[in-house]
Amino acid sequence: MHPAYSVIVFTTASGAGYGLLFWLSLAQVFGLMPVDRWLSFTQIVVALGLITAGLISSTLHLGHSERAIGAFSQWRTSWLSREGVAAVATYVPSGLMAFIWLLGVETSWVIPLALLSAAGAVVTVYCTGMIYASLRTIRQWYLGLVPANYLVLAAVTGALLFALTTAIFEQVPAWVSVACLIGLATAAALKSWYWQTIDADPGKYTAEMATGLGHIGKVRPLDPPHTRPNFVMREMGYAVARKHAEKLRRFVLLGLFAVPAFMVLIALLLGIGAPVFYLIATCVAAVGIIVERWLFFAEAEHVSMLFYGHERA
Amino acid sequence: MTSLPATTNKKLGLVIDLDICVGCHACATSCKEWNTGGYSAPLSDHDPYGGDPSGAWLNRVHAFEVGEGANAKTVHFPRSCLHCETPDCVTVCPTGASYKREEDGIVLVNPDTCIGCKLCSWACPYGAREYDYDDGVMKKCTLCVDRIYNESIPEVDRIPACVRACPTGARGFGDLGDPDSDVSKNVAARGGYNLLDEFGYKPVNKYLPPRAPVSVAGTKSDRPAEQVPKPDGSAVERLFAWADQALSR
Amino acid sequence: MLTVPMKKGAPVSGEPVIDLSVPVGDKVEKTTCYMCACRCGINVHLRDGKVRYIEGNRDHPVNKGVLCGKGSAGIMQHYSPARLRAPMKRVGPRGSGQFEEISWDEALGLATDWLSDVRKKDPKQLAFFTGRDQSQSLTGLWAMQFGTPNFAAHGGFCSVNMAAGGLYTFGGAFWEFGDPDWELTKYFMLFGVAEDHASNPIKMGIGLLKERGAKIVSVNPVRTGYNAVADEWVGIRPGTDGLFVGALIHELFRNQTVDLDYLVRYTNAPWLVIEDPGAKDHGLFARGEDGDPLVYDKASGGFASAMRVDTTPALTGVRTLEDGRKARPVFELMAERYLGDEYSPAAVASQIGVAAEDIRRIAKELANVAFEQEIVLDQPWTDWAGRRHEKMIGRPVSMHAMRGISAHSNGFHTCRLIHILQILLGSIDCPGGFRYKPPYPKQAPPWLLPHGALQDIRPEEPLGGPHLGFPLGPQHLLIDDDKPARIDKGFSWDAPMSAHGLMHMVINNAAKQDPYKIDVLFMYMANMAWNSSMNVPGTIENLTAKDDNGDYVIPKIIYSDAYYSEMVPYADLILPDTTYLERWDCISLLDRPISTAEMAADSIRHPVVKPDRDVRGFQEVLIDLAARLGFPAFTNEDGSAKFPGGYPDYMVNHERKPGVGPLAGWRGKDGSRVGRGDPNPDQLQRYLENGAFFAHELTPEQAYFKHANKAYLEWAVDVGFRTVAKPTIFQLYCEPLQAFRLAAEGHGERQPPESHRERIRTYFDPLPFWYQPFEEAMVADGDYPLHAITQRPMHMYHSWGSQNAWLRQITAANRLYIHHDLGKSVGVKDDDWVWLASHQGRVKCQVRLMDGCNRDTVWTWNAIGKRRGAWGLDDDSPEANQGFLLNHLISELLPEGGGGYRYSNSDPITGQAAWFDLRVSIKRADGDGETEPRFEPTARGGLPPSPDKLAYGEEFKKADR
Ligand SMILES: Nc1nc2c(c(=O)[nH]1)N[C@H]1C(S)=C(S)[C@@H](COP(=O)(O)OP(=O)(O)OC[C@H]3O[C@@H](n4cnc5c(=O)[nH]c(N)nc54)[C@H](O)[C@@H]3O)O[C@H]1N2
Ligand SMILES: Nc1nc2c(c(=O)[nH]1)N[C@H]1C(S)=C(S)[C@@H](COP(=O)(O)OP(=O)(O)OC[C@H]3O[C@@H](n4cnc5c(=O)[nH]c(N)nc54)[C@H](O)[C@@H]3O)O[C@H]1N2
Ligand code: SF4
Ligand code: SF4
Ligand code: SF4
Ligand code: SF4
Ligand code: SF4
Ligand SMILES: [Mo]
Repeated sequence: MHPAYSVIVFTTASGAGYGLLFWLSLAQVFGLMPVDRWLSFTQIVVALGLITAGLISSTLHLGHSERAIGAFSQWRTSWLSREGVAAVATYVPSGLMAFIWLLGVETSWVIPLALLSAAGAVVTVYCTGMIYASLRTIRQWYLGLVPANYLVLAAVTGALLFALTTAIFEQVPAWVSVACLIGLATAAALKSWYWQTIDADPGKYTAEMATGLGHIGKVRPLDPPHTRPNFVMREMGYAVARKHAEKLRRFVLLGLFAVPAFMVLIALLLGIGAPVFYLIATCVAAVGIIVERWLFFAEAEHVSMLFYGHERA
Repeated sequence: MTSLPATTNKKLGLVIDLDICVGCHACATSCKEWNTGGYSAPLSDHDPYGGDPSGAWLNRVHAFEVGEGANAKTVHFPRSCLHCETPDCVTVCPTGASYKREEDGIVLVNPDTCIGCKLCSWACPYGAREYDYDDGVMKKCTLCVDRIYNESIPEVDRIPACVRACPTGARGFGDLGDPDSDVSKNVAARGGYNLLDEFGYKPVNKYLPPRAPVSVAGTKSDRPAEQVPKPDGSAVERLFAWADQALSR
Repeated sequence: MLTVPMKKGAPVSGEPVIDLSVPVGDKVEKTTCYMCACRCGINVHLRDGKVRYIEGNRDHPVNKGVLCGKGSAGIMQHYSPARLRAPMKRVGPRGSGQFEEISWDEALGLATDWLSDVRKKDPKQLAFFTGRDQSQSLTGLWAMQFGTPNFAAHGGFCSVNMAAGGLYTFGGAFWEFGDPDWELTKYFMLFGVAEDHASNPIKMGIGLLKERGAKIVSVNPVRTGYNAVADEWVGIRPGTDGLFVGALIHELFRNQTVDLDYLVRYTNAPWLVIEDPGAKDHGLFARGEDGDPLVYDKASGGFASAMRVDTTPALTGVRTLEDGRKARPVFELMAERYLGDEYSPAAVASQIGVAAEDIRRIAKELANVAFEQEIVLDQPWTDWAGRRHEKMIGRPVSMHAMRGISAHSNGFHTCRLIHILQILLGSIDCPGGFRYKPPYPKQAPPWLLPHGALQDIRPEEPLGGPHLGFPLGPQHLLIDDDKPARIDKGFSWDAPMSAHGLMHMVINNAAKQDPYKIDVLFMYMANMAWNSSMNVPGTIENLTAKDDNGDYVIPKIIYSDAYYSEMVPYADLILPDTTYLERWDCISLLDRPISTAEMAADSIRHPVVKPDRDVRGFQEVLIDLAARLGFPAFTNEDGSAKFPGGYPDYMVNHERKPGVGPLAGWRGKDGSRVGRGDPNPDQLQRYLENGAFFAHELTPEQAYFKHANKAYLEWAVDVGFRTVAKPTIFQLYCEPLQAFRLAAEGHGERQPPESHRERIRTYFDPLPFWYQPFEEAMVADGDYPLHAITQRPMHMYHSWGSQNAWLRQITAANRLYIHHDLGKSVGVKDDDWVWLASHQGRVKCQVRLMDGCNRDTVWTWNAIGKRRGAWGLDDDSPEANQGFLLNHLISELLPEGGGGYRYSNSDPITGQAAWFDLRVSIKRADGDGETEPRFEPTARGGLPPSPDKLAYGEEFKKADR
């Protein structure tokens, strides 16, 4: 599948934003954070900022973003619509929370709002994952692992951001570092599992099934319908070379998991210079997740390519 | 709207005869021509006179080679939306612009509400949806909904443009939900099939497979016994003996 | 067919309300398509003066409502950005593409000056050649009136083998002169056809055959298109069909499965041929005092005129003529030739690449269908001699052949062999067989001689008759001593029976001033600087060759095109034509008919949209020039123009013979006459009312056996198609060929020069035979081991299609298709680049591998490659950078033979260009990306830049909102 930059930015930025929202909300609920409202305010602004930037970016690839409002209407069947609804719904408690912190009002309403925000974050990211995981046409996406990956990666990138923003203000509590480490480990495991899964599956559909001509023999293209690539080929036919993909996968393991984990560990063990190490961890992870997301698209093969020379999908 | 209708009153669709299709692209260009000024107007073209010409087409004709060596067969293969009965291309649509008509089962895009998110095209295993980069909306075969009911054109012409144009008669149109329709009968007789049936979208359009080659039945090589001359002599002599009949002008 | 009743009332809840009955446009005009030479009827829907939609006309005899891929893309042809905009004068050097727009007054003035100068001085110094001309009866007349012998259309490089082979044999031809009986045939053999002129009729026909379960056998080195849907594919090696058909005939004779009755009734099989080697009439027919050929009548035991019907002619037996010499019937000579070992399936199998048992089986199948599955129609008819037949007996085997046969240097004979195969099976113009389209059949050989001998060319005087005809012997050649009268050397010893001229030699000969110098080259719709030339680089050189003074050797070139083609930059004066939707046109029965087997038909085009440029229909321009030049047929006594109304005026009022004009329909003052009748001022109105065509249906009694059917023949005389109601007798043995051969053997007043004797003697064989194509015989096998051929893509018309925004998306670059095995041996896979080389040059191209291809053959789609700068395309277009032409490799001359003379790369009899004789070698090319050779881009001739986006139809949608 063609990796559209707007969609990569959308899913990674808003994913990190929801992850951050999730952690800061949990911290509120369980009272795990020092009560510096400016820290909380900063964190929620960063979270909402990323979410909003992501959502805006997602409308950039629309042909008619001015009609985007219509996209909330089909939540009964469409995961994209559900995601939109969940995203908007999540703005309500999280926005209120931000407002409360901005004004500096002390209120116990923060707890239910935080709970709702955390839930909203999870649901929204799950919906994002399901947009892809519901597509039977793409075997690399049509997997339970996909929403799980989206959730864990949102959590991990959010946790790094949470740690970074916290570190700027004060000492990072140990649970945060531990959460980062566990998250990174889980995400790395899940992603590796995902790659193993898609590598092990050659695809169950063939060009013979697509054309129904298998009873005559093997099917191979002679002339494409048009000389130059058409929309379907540009959109669904994007492919990344196996060798290249492998390099990028290693880069993801390193950038998205190993390096940040190492940095978090150093920060945890050294006890000083945390902001720098978390900054490095976050920046490297940011590049890592963009590459991860790019690969997620680039490695995805679409069934329709069976009409354009792919033997299996 | 993106909920699929539980049933449709009709299952209008196309039947494409791969035994006859010669790959002339008439269906593709007549489709382009009708639709660029019709319901889906326009079907834009990019770089039409340049290095990378492409555009939105609702029907495209592939050529495949099937089988190997001496048994290889060239098969021309037109492909457009199959108006599936249970397609996700409708249900994934966030706006409801993509819908399946309850009346006749035609799957359409409402060009006034489509936001161009392309998700429906991702959900179509047949590559049958075409995004119009210029118009910013998704386009697809409409089964010529603006022809088949069009009271301003003669009744015989209320058929899809591609069917009307096809010079070989390789394309049929009708109600595949009605077992007594001509198309259904043809499908039954010829073993019409679904593309990628395994996928489970239940396409309405059917394809008729290439037939077994016609062979000339009972070739009795020789002439009736009384006409066969004696088997002696050279071929020329035998022929002359045979041709030496009384023949009148 | 199903029509869905309009749903009344509200739509299903939630579904958008859509207007299902938007009118297509505000007006429908019926006219004739021009996206190719098939000439289908079209309904052009117009909206606000723009073309909204083009569909097939259901009532039209040619296409009956269907429309092909090109026809349906007509909108984009009409609105092409490469349309010429105004007359132009060249300002840069030839080929540069630098022009200045001028007024029509200036353009016509200049043309008149140039032309009248030549006409006064020496009319033959004008060469007027037209390409895929659909108005040949006008262009031909114009050239006759000018008085130059140098006129022909594109037939010489196209299909003259097909036309001549058929016309000399049975007064018809495959090509555009006949059709298989699609309704009834049970066994259809298709030789060497990818598309043909009958684009839609063949497709419709194949659909019909499939529906009926008739067997289709395709004989073609490539298995695509029509050949892909055939029941049996005979993947023959190019140039060997003559052997294949010869072997089928061998089998028919061996099995005694030929229709003897048919042969005796309709052919010259019983005619006696004089056997007197060395005599001046050896090999000619023995004739009676009245000149009629003789047969031996078994009933009376003596000789009788072959035209008598009360005889029992013998097909065998050596007879002694009254003068004591021997004579034998044609049948015997044929049987001996084809029963010879060299035509046995076993002998030909490995040469043609088809197994002997397959050949034997196909011969049996033919015989089985012809004789054991005969069709009997309960339709009485009367033959030419007045004998009534209660039934029509049909042998339901039909055949069709085209350029795969025609475009070889052995094409004339191969074509004749196919006709003979049909005739032996009794399947010409019978139910289920091959059917003539009126005005065919003509007499065989046709009664029309070529005109333009040097002594007949006089300043300011018209020629004595039409240029193109059918010589019956050396006496009809257009030569003076041995010097050809025509610039293309048509009807000379180089190509004696070149019934359509040799357009492919004109530019080469003119540049070499051989046989003489010309002053003005005037061309119309022929892209001679590109895809219609052999040896493109050489042709470009010839067009730009200069003499010692630095002047162009071809001093003046006038050209009419509608688009900015590769040829335009090479002309000095451009006369821009309109598009097909903007002009009057006349598709005449005097030209290449649109008739079907059941009806005689002709048609017109008329302006359905107004040009938005300063362009004029070429026919209008010709008529204008004719008046300016004072041609007798185009001026009144007082010198005023005879057709002030231009082309429509001419179409209605010109008379070829009294009562016979360009259009056959609604003649006579009241429009009641068909074919022959006074001009009718309302004629064009009647055409328009009838959908722009006229069709006269034959009666069921006239529908078959037209070559011998009294009712048909008498009608044909009545409407002017024939001069007498005599039958057409099939010429299995072609006597005119023998007349030429006798000359080569030293008889008669006109004999070929020494250098040509052997060639004439060898190839002018009155019975067809197979010989190895010239190029194959002349280049060493090991150097160029492969055949290279082209096929027409169904969705492209030669070079025109690439300016069409829709069609070029389908094929914007062509590949070289090669067999998988060849790919393996050369070490290439799909998309790799290779060098393809011939004795003429080499091109670099990209391969695609396939299995449905003869192993010794590589092929590509025709005319996709383009020159940068032409056709309004950007310089980075795939057509110009990846697309290629085989034409760069095809030589217009054969390699030097024994005597140092280089014959044209053509059939020795008809001069048909032997495009498909090309032999090549292939090897891997390093690097990638671009084709070679690529020529310098030409300037765009002042055309505005082409748009980089199209959204045709948007305006209609906006209007609906
Ligand atoms: N390698 C190879 N070469 C071949 C062949 C092959 O099989 N293989 N086939 C040969 C044969 S059979 C043929 S007939 C030739 C055809 O070759 P050409 O005769 O060159 O045919 P086109 O490219 O169709 O058109 C010639 C010109 O007509 C112009 N034209 C189109 N419409 C109009 C119009 O309305 N008015 C005017 N005035 N001009 C118009 C076009 O712009 C173009 O420049 O190619 C020959 N060349
Ligand atoms: N769409 C479209 N239609 C056209 C044209 C066009 O350009 N485009 N051009 C028109 C013109 S001008 C013409 S002349 C006609 C020509 O129409 P066709 O006769 O169909 O011409 P080609 O496409 O050249 O096809 C020649 C066929 O012969 C095969 N062939 C080559 N060599 C041999 C051989 O030795 N033996 C046999 N058995 N087969 C062989 C080739 O594989 C090819 O399939 O088409 C007309 N119609
Ligand atoms: S128009 Fe008919 S024959 Fe031509 S490609 Fe389409 S389906 Fe095939
Ligand atoms: S073919 Fe594709 S676009 Fe058409 S209904 Fe089926 S899934 Fe949807
Ligand atoms: S592109 Fe349009 S029709 Fe397709 S899913 Fe998006 S909004 Fe729906
Ligand atoms: S039914 Fe209409 S829209 Fe669909 S492929 Fe045919 S012409 Fe195109
Ligand atoms: S075959 Fe096609 S291009 Fe040719 S005249 Fe007919 S519709 Fe037009
Ligand atoms: Mo041609």
